[in-house]
Parts: sequence; C-alpha cells; structure tokens
Amino acid sequence: MSDYKEKSELNIKGEICPFTFVKSKLALEKMKKGEILRVIVDYEPAIRNVPRSMEEQGHKVLSINKINDTDYEIIVEKDGKK
Amino acid sequence: MDFSEEQIKRYARHIILPEVGGEGQAKLLASKVLLIGAGGLGAPCGYYLGAAGIGTLGIVDYDTVDLSNLQRQIWHGTSDVGRYKVDSAKEKIGRINPDVKVVAYKEGINAANINDIIKDYDVVIDATDNFPTRFLINDACHFMKKPLVYGSIFRFDGQATVFLPEEGPCYRCLFPAPPPAGLVPSCQEAGVLGVLPGVIGAIQANEAIKIILGIGHTLNGRLLIYDALDMKFTEMKLRQDKTCPLCGENPTIFELIEYGDLCEFKS
Repeated sequence: MSDYKEKSELNIKGEICPFTFVKSKLALEKMKKGEILRVIVDYEPAIRNVPRSMEEQGHKVLSINKINDTDYEIIVEKDGKK
Repeated sequence: MDFSEEQIKRYARHIILPEVGGEGQAKLLASKVLLIGAGGLGAPCGYYLGAAGIGTLGIVDYDTVDLSNLQRQIWHGTSDVGRYKVDSAKEKIGRINPDVKVVAYKEGINAANINDIIKDYDVVIDATDNFPTRFLINDACHFMKKPLVYGSIFRFDGQATVFLPEEGPCYRCLFPAPPPAGLVPSCQEAGVLGVLPGVIGAIQANEAIKIILGIGHTLNGRLLIYDALDMKFTEMKLRQDKTCPLCGENPTIFELIEYGDLCEFKS
C-alpha cells in the first residue's frame, strides 16, 4: 500500500488496454487538480502503458506497486505536471 | 456525464485524445448538427458525424436514390434505389451508432422553411449541389448566427471552408450573387470523380466536430482547394468584404432571397 491519502479508488481489474487508460482518464476528469487517484489493475502491460499516458496528459504518477499475486496499483496526482 | 460501458468502448479513441476526452465526447453527444444534402458530400460527412456520436443529426433532402448516385453517395446501396435518401441515410447511421438521433427532413430547403429547420441546430453543413440553395443557406446562417461548414465539388476539384457568425467572411464575400443561368453546368453536364466528395465531405465532418469541441483552427477565413487530379491541396485567404451585400458595412440584403433554378438543361 502507498503512503498517499487517496481521494478516490478505481478498480478496473479485468480491463485491458486501451480501456485501462480510458477509464482512468474518465475518473481523473471528475477530480480536482491535486487530488490523488488509486487505480487497481491486473493487466500487467497496463502498469507501463497507463502511467505513460497519464504523464503525457499532465498527471503525475506518484508510484506503481505490485500489491498481491495478481494486482497492481497506480497512484496518480491529477494535473500534477501542469 | 456518465458513459455506459458500451459508450466507453465505442468512444475510447476519442476519450484518449487530450483535446477531446470524456468532456469533449459528452459535448458531441449533446450537440445538434444539420446536414443539408444527403448525397455525395452528405454521405461521408454524415457517416463520420454519426460514428463520432453527434447526438442529433438532422438531414435534409427531398430527393430519392438513383442508380447513378451510387458511384459516390456511399451510404446508399443498390437496394436503396427509389427510396428517399433521408430514409436510406437514417437506416445506415442507425446501423453504425444507436446513440445518434437522426431527424429526417423529406423536403427541399427553401426560404419558407429554412429558419424553422436550422433554428435548433448548433452547426449547419452545406452539402448541397446548387447555387440558389447555397446562397439561401449562407444568408439564413448569417441571420440566425449559425456556424456554416461549406463544401463543394466539381469534376476533380473540391472546395471547403467555414463561415462563422460575426467572424470573418461569408459566402457572399466570395461570391456576391449567383452566376447567371447558362454559365452553370447543369446536373446532367457535370461529371465528378466518385472519391472527390469523400475527401471534401470528410473534411466538412472534421470541421463541424472542431467547431463543437472548440479545438484547433477551423477553415474560417481560408478556402481550402483540393485538386484530385494532381493531388494538391492549396488554400486561399478569404477576407470579409466591406462591400458584401450581406455582412458588409452597408448591407443591402435583409431577408432571404430565393433565386430561380440556374440549371440550363433542367429535365
């Protein structure tokens, strides 16, 4: 688990790319600048693809962690690079 | 807005774009576009607007599908010959995207009905094929302050531009009045490469979507000229004409004008 205080959590286990990013992006759009989102995925390539796309669109990826045998978390700050 | 699972999948490639996103897609779904003409330009334009999830798509055309249309009017098929073009178009858009509400106007556009038809729409697309209707659409959009996406085709040459209300030129700045009858090739005389309206109609859809989203730079103030034979795109600056009879400093046109048919060999 991360040390950040998440504003919201998005569990998208079962989703593959590009929908992992699409759903993360839709969740981020509903948040305010500076708020933290915790995204949980079980599709391994998503831990590379999703953070890259998030950073490209101005969000700041704070950490990426393996949380159990199948799942990963991506912690991102909305508009953290803007 | 909250998208359904189906909408998230359908519009994923839009949502991913930084310039569109979920917000932009929601704008498209809430937008209303009027497509005047369901023929060569209207087919690709309407197809892309439908696929993009334009919420309400009005389509105006009084005509029926003829076998000679199918070389370029790609949303009509052989089995549609004889049907109203708007009925055929509505069915094809429905197959692509059930999110789109298609409003079919099975009538010719004229001075008596144009204001009523365009008043509820955000963007108007001129996909017609004759001068009288083009002037009518331009004038009505000027009076009603509607963005107008213009496209035209002839033989191997296409043109497209955008006229925005109270911003830059209008169609009459380019052509103050219709050409005299006889100078205009009739429908029977005018050949056209089938692919040409595909290119120009797609550009019109592109510009309409940008107007709705408020992104990029539209063709407002520029006439895009496409030469399919030499495969060249060029553009011409369009400036607002101070002497324009419609949008100039001393306008002389204050109401809609219906010009007669300019087609010399009208059947």
